[in-house]
Amino acid sequence: MRASFGPSFAEIVSPPRTRALWVTLASVALGLVASGVVFAVYGVAPIAAYSVLLRETLGDARGQAEVVRKSLPLILIAVGLAFAFRARFFNIGAEGQLLAGAAAASGVALFSDIPAPYTVWAMFLAGFAAGALWAFLPALLKVKLGVNEVITTLMLNFVAVYGIEWLINGPWKGRTVMGFAYSDPFPAWARLPVIPGTRIHWPTLVLGLVAAVALHFVLARTRLGFEVRVLGHNPEAAAYAGIDALRVTLAAALIAGGLAGLAGVGEVGGTHFRLRSPSQISPGFGYTAILAAQLARGQPLAAALAALFLGLIFAAGDVARALLRMPPQVPEMISGLLLLAVVSAEIFIRYQLRFPTVPKGGD
Amino acid sequence: MDVAVDTLNRAFAYSTPLLWAGLGAVYSERAGVVNLGVEGTMILGSLTAFAVAHRTGSLFLAVTAAALTGALVALVHAFISVTLRANQYVAGLAMTSFGLGLSGMLGRAYEGIALARPMQGITVPVLSSLPLVGPSLFRGQAILTHLGLLVAVALWVLLYKTRWGIAVRSVGESPATADAAGIRVARIRYASVIAGGALASIGGAYLSVAYRPSWTEGMTAGMGWIAVAIAIFASWNPLKAVGASLFFGALYYLSFRLQAYVAPELLKLLPYLAVILVLAFSARGRRRLFLGAPEALGEPYYRGAR
Repeated sequence: MRASFGPSFAEIVSPPRTRALWVTLASVALGLVASGVVFAVYGVAPIAAYSVLLRETLGDARGQAEVVRKSLPLILIAVGLAFAFRARFFNIGAEGQLLAGAAAASGVALFSDIPAPYTVWAMFLAGFAAGALWAFLPALLKVKLGVNEVITTLMLNFVAVYGIEWLINGPWKGRTVMGFAYSDPFPAWARLPVIPGTRIHWPTLVLGLVAAVALHFVLARTRLGFEVRVLGHNPEAAAYAGIDALRVTLAAALIAGGLAGLAGVGEVGGTHFRLRSPSQISPGFGYTAILAAQLARGQPLAAALAALFLGLIFAAGDVARALLRMPPQVPEMISGLLLLAVVSAEIFIRYQLRFPTVPKGGD
Repeated sequence: MDVAVDTLNRAFAYSTPLLWAGLGAVYSERAGVVNLGVEGTMILGSLTAFAVAHRTGSLFLAVTAAALTGALVALVHAFISVTLRANQYVAGLAMTSFGLGLSGMLGRAYEGIALARPMQGITVPVLSSLPLVGPSLFRGQAILTHLGLLVAVALWVLLYKTRWGIAVRSVGESPATADAAGIRVARIRYASVIAGGALASIGGAYLSVAYRPSWTEGMTAGMGWIAVAIAIFASWNPLKAVGASLFFGALYYLSFRLQAYVAPELLKLLPYLAVILVLAFSARGRRRLFLGAPEALGEPYYRGAR
């Protein structure tokens, strides 16, 4: 056996619960420092930039409202992803599921005859169904054929992107929009109400919070939650216990997909009021929400909280664009670095670095 | 005849970035490390190559710089997944987000510039007079296309005919056994991941200096993900990766040619749909997901863990 030089990892037998919190916070801080380095490379002074971004987002009521507005789709998606990850369904397709939900809601808003007070309800229902449908095939393929869901859910994102491009350039292209590629605007009764003085479409917020509490309850107290936890912890034990992997995986996938679909309804029904280019409907909410689910370690309530933090990053991205003239990819870059830092730090929760003691005189 | 030559010609061109990146994925995954950062690595390669080619005019420097960038990005991935034993799937995804975001930011200065002297197609003497492959492959293709095919053969020889290849594959199958046999698991995983990153990045470079000699934000458009899928279809075999890349290359070409009859947006989603279909049809039972998958794929190795 070779002697090992340099530091090695030593397992901590029972790490205190607070250790996870401290390690995660430290890794987030590290990720923000690394993003600051990228700012500097780009030619923006990082400390000045961060202080502008913080002041314009958290500094006044208008900025805070924007943070909440940006977090609306993230809460719904992150809560669902946290649940799906617990069942070991690694859904990378929330972006596509969001877009599917947005398209379905637009279809209802533009072309259905559902009477006014029910239109919005129908939009949410259709959006949930479309998002769930988008997650259905990967879940089925995973359980029936063992096809890796990471790749299939991701591929369906592109299908959704080009599908919407087709709709807004083809059959759903608005008659009143001249040459632009988007649908006609939604009628007034297909628009979500907002909290006065803000752009927060509150029905989406309510749905997100209800989903967080409900899934927390499902995980902690119900048979499905128990099955999800067992399947996620040890698939073989789940099989011995007679847990139907297909049913549980499908449930987790459909719930996660459906919630992402609701997020899409919120975006078109509460912000854009029409179906438009996919990159405008979602600047990568579906991908960034993965970071929230990771930060929350599969806890739906914590995922909602983490989503609020990511809402801050997206709101800051808008400020960076408007005030610092930075490109729109800033939030994507920051969330990538944060996710890298968070996943890298994972090992420090259960292990600590041990430096070898060098015996004097050699061996 | 002309249609066949035309189709094959464009299929070779489209398949080149997919092949380079697919080979990178094969190499890295053979050593047991999943790298879902291919898309981000590719696009950083595209940007690096374009920037260097634009500034220096040297295509050799451009491709070399891209390879170095890819190696550097992959080094980070190797550190996170081998040394820190993090979840490789999440780390790779994060790398893709970061790569797409960073390239979009830093590349803004290069948007809309055409490369003054892009990589030209070459004519290979003798071979270019062969039927079918002569006019389609050996006339008018950039040298990166030919090199990609050579690298595929070389990688096959490396993996199946050399001691190093045996070491790489055994680390991917059973790191504990390899470790017991005196093979340095971490060293081999680092080397494979880094080489894989360099290959993916060269695939990205082809896009920005040869295929479409310019820089556009997000120009890889999911090709990195198709490369990850190619490694699976190819059963992690470099030679089969050539066939798989050509298949997707042909599909891209087809979606371009059919634009007169079908809406272009619908055709653009064909390759992505095809990935799902091919994965579904090539799945062989649920236990060992795919035939030939490295046994320890995606699992970090702790000495003494079993």
